[in-house]
Amino acid sequence: MKTITVRYFAMFREHAGLGEETLVLNAATAKDVFEQTRLRHGSSEPNGHCKVAINDAMADWTSPISDGDTVLLFPPVAGG
Amino acid sequence: MMEVTTTSIDAEALKKSLANAAAGGFCSFEGWVRNLNEGRDVERLEYEAYEPLVVSEGQRVLDEARRKFPFLEARCVHRTGLLEIGDLAVWVGVASAHRDEAFKACRYIIDELKVRLPIWKKEHYVDGDSDWVNCERCAEHGGH
Repeated sequence: MKTITVRYFAMFREHAGLGEETLVLNAATAKDVFEQTRLRHGSSEPNGHCKVAINDAMADWTSPISDGDTVLLFPPVAGG
Repeated sequence: MMEVTTTSIDAEALKKSLANAAAGGFCSFEGWVRNLNEGRDVERLEYEAYEPLVVSEGQRVLDEARRKFPFLEARCVHRTGLLEIGDLAVWVGVASAHRDEAFKACRYIIDELKVRLPIWKKEHYVDGDSDWVNCERCAEHGGH
């Protein structure tokens, strides 16, 4: 199990009702964190349109997660 | 340079900041808040950004554009917060020796910005409803 800080943005923050939480998760990859928090907060957004960052660096869904990481979950972006 | 601002964007000042004696051309793109999207009357927009990664990933986009279309100067500014119809939401400017690089780099920067940078847009509609815009899904249906 790993202690992970998860940060939510835009629609994810609204779905979760909070901007950040620290969770103890059985997660190997960023995708695991996404799926477990999605179940936790009842979001239906698939990860295909979303992005993820780990400790303020853009990452992939297959990126490994370490104990103490901060995972940033970005819903579909819409700049411009 | 990639920047995020919570105040209005001064396009003229930005253009002047790119002055370069070797530049023979300048090209800019301005993204404005419009009053209609997908058939719904929009009253205002709300932009949210995660600034640390907008700046770092935006700089990566500018560096890629410079390698592909060698230019002299480039700058991009995105506004966040509540914006009204007609407000300037994003500004991209590129100065180069010749026009081709300026046009192409400007297009590359705004196109990549829209799909890569952690920026979100919430539309507030005239009927009182509001919703987050999903540009990646829009792109699958012909783009914006």
